[in-house]
Amino acid sequence: MANPSSILIFGATSAIAYETSKLFAKDGVSLYLCARDEVDLKRLSDDLKVRGANDVWYSAFNALDDDSAIRAIDNCLKKFPGLDSVLVAHGSLPDQNKCEANADETKKAIHINFTNIAVLLNYIANHFEKQGKGTIAVISSVAGDRGRQSNYVYGSAKGALTVFLSGLRHRLCKSGVKVITIKPGFVDTPMTVDYEKGLLFAKPAAVAKGIYKAMSKGKEVVYLPWFWRWIMLVIRSIPPKIFNKTKL
Amino acid sequence: MGNDLFFESWGRFPKVSHLGMFAPQCVDKINDLIQSSDSLILPRGLGRSYGDSCLNEDGYLLSTKWLNKFYAFDENTGILKCEAGVTLDEILQTFVPRGWFLPVTPGTKFVTVGGAIANDIHGKNHHTAGTFGNQVIRFELLRSDGTRLLCSRETNPDWFKTTIGGLGLTGVITWAELPLKPIKGPYIEMESIKFNNLNEFFSISRESATDYKYIVSWLDCINSADIRGIFMRGNHSNTTETDASKISHSVSSWKTFPVDAPSFLLSAATVKLFNMLYYHKQIKKHEKKIVHYDPFFYPLDGINHWNRMYGNRGFLQWQGVVPFTEENEAIRTILSEIIKSGLSSFLVVLKEFGSIPPCGMLSFPMPGITLAVDFPNVGGRLFSLFDRLDKVVINSGGRLYPAKDARMAPETFQSSYPDFENFKKYIDPRFSSSFYRRIRGENNG
Ligand SMILES: Cc1cc2nc3c(=O)[nH]c(=O)nc-3n(C[C@H](O)[C@H](O)[C@H](O)COP(=O)(O)OP(=O)(O)OC[C@H]3O[C@@H](n4cnc5c(N)ncnc54)[C@H](O)[C@@H]3O)c2cc1C
Repeated sequence: MANPSSILIFGATSAIAYETSKLFAKDGVSLYLCARDEVDLKRLSDDLKVRGANDVWYSAFNALDDDSAIRAIDNCLKKFPGLDSVLVAHGSLPDQNKCEANADETKKAIHINFTNIAVLLNYIANHFEKQGKGTIAVISSVAGDRGRQSNYVYGSAKGALTVFLSGLRHRLCKSGVKVITIKPGFVDTPMTVDYEKGLLFAKPAAVAKGIYKAMSKGKEVVYLPWFWRWIMLVIRSIPPKIFNKTKL
Repeated sequence: MGNDLFFESWGRFPKVSHLGMFAPQCVDKINDLIQSSDSLILPRGLGRSYGDSCLNEDGYLLSTKWLNKFYAFDENTGILKCEAGVTLDEILQTFVPRGWFLPVTPGTKFVTVGGAIANDIHGKNHHTAGTFGNQVIRFELLRSDGTRLLCSRETNPDWFKTTIGGLGLTGVITWAELPLKPIKGPYIEMESIKFNNLNEFFSISRESATDYKYIVSWLDCINSADIRGIFMRGNHSNTTETDASKISHSVSSWKTFPVDAPSFLLSAATVKLFNMLYYHKQIKKHEKKIVHYDPFFYPLDGINHWNRMYGNRGFLQWQGVVPFTEENEAIRTILSEIIKSGLSSFLVVLKEFGSIPPCGMLSFPMPGITLAVDFPNVGGRLFSLFDRLDKVVINSGGRLYPAKDARMAPETFQSSYPDFENFKKYIDPRFSSSFYRRIRGENNG
């Protein structure tokens, strides 16, 4: 599998996406960045140019407005008609209690973490399928492996995303398009500032290295760091009777 | 805001509690965070200062962790514009493979550009380059009233002078522009020479100053009545045969000092043994070799969190500078006080500063000899040794380095930094630090 030469990145300003972009920039890859804030995107694109990216463009998009994501893809394809990779890294960690109390919060969380991504992935998948090649890497989460009382709204959106990706992989494998599901555990990013940082927290740069490797080698499902595969194996296999008594 | 309200400095002494740490995700959000509370705030880089100059007891810290973007790099001039939270490590990783090096670097690459400016750090090339602040072309300073000041030698020169070496008290540096220096490759041609007394040190140091870009010495001052040690000097090498981009910069994570060390590791006997082994590791009187820049500049960075070696009570560094005199009596007195004290140090570093004056109003370096010594925190005996050393420094017209200090008396600071009164006018009313409240010597909080 060849290294990517151009990558479209959704959620480009997130800490994990940024660390990953740095690694690709160093290789001279061309980047198309999408995120909410135009000013942040400009700053990020300057940074990645300094770091050696061949060509950097960007569009603002909002995960609550699916059309804006489609427009961003179209803009990208105008700049990079031969686009060969996509990294989807946007998402938001909702407040579980607020979601339980407020239907709009729940809908918003599921839209940002699943619906919007499903829509844009199908759109890009159609393009890659026609092209006969491409790599689609998406950041899901270990939270999607088993619903837990403390964050099942976020977890179910991520779970849906994981299932969606396995279906998409199934569909696209015959056309030579790779689909990579990335499942990070806890990562020390602005998204988790409110959390006490225990031993299980990984640095964004370490997670980025795993994504970079997975995208260059075309893996299918990667847990980052690796030990989460085993932690989740254990968590998934706890019998419901016992699981339901835990505070997880 | 997270629950870890105890933030440490590198020396892990003193330990103080804070209200919390702000970590703005981009420069545009700094001001909102400052306005979100009315408590006192202090910018914070990587916390590589040893004492309390990067601590703000009962106030907030403002981490520059996410302010880590490069803005621009000019391949022709080597001028880099970047945010204040960019680390020297990041600059090296990005630019060494392209043939550029830092103009000035301290003994660790894990410091931020903002922290390097605010302490006006010096490196092994002080005698040829001056301080970090001498290199900086311009930067932006954000004050708590929301004003953004572009500072250079020409524009807002007062703010330029007070923010360089300004200990984070004048506002937040958001970005800075500095010139990288061209190099042929990542290697250093290095020589190490054993010396057996201070006179020998001075003569090697004098003779090296013109031909060697980098100089520094390591001392063994507990094993003998005479001061012996190893003088190291080096220049960037023209060796390029190895593809520089393949050089690994990463510090493997297993090389992390795992837990607080038990105290027996720090006994005088262990330290003595360590120093003796280190001294005798080099058999020949004079050795030459080509080394990668990493071990040459950053010998300690290979072990993450080596500060934990000193255990939970932490350690203190004492660094002072004394002006040159005919006999260099002051430095001799300081060294003999240390030997007399019977306290043992793993690390004693000696260097002559050059004559390029720093541009900061409170910058530490001045022409003379600087000595840095690490000691485990053994309490009273150590503090009284430090007090004796301070006296020698003050009487000789020298000063102590705030970045390394956790205990000097207000009078010591004020008498050796006479511009302090004038500096106070530039302090941001919302900014403060534990260090500042200590050395200004007023008891009203
Ligand atoms: C192993 C080791 C070796 C060292 N060797 C040397 C040496 O050779 N020479 C030398 O001079 N020093 C040396 N030091 C000290 C170190 O270089 C300084 O303490 C440096 O300033 C630390 O940078 P930092 O980013 O960790 O800043 P911090 O320690 O977090 O902060 C330092 C100061 O900078 C201020 N500050 C940080 N960011 C900003 C900002 N954006 N705007 C305004 N103010 C800011 C803080 O308020 C504080 O006053 C060494 C330290 C270690 C641990």
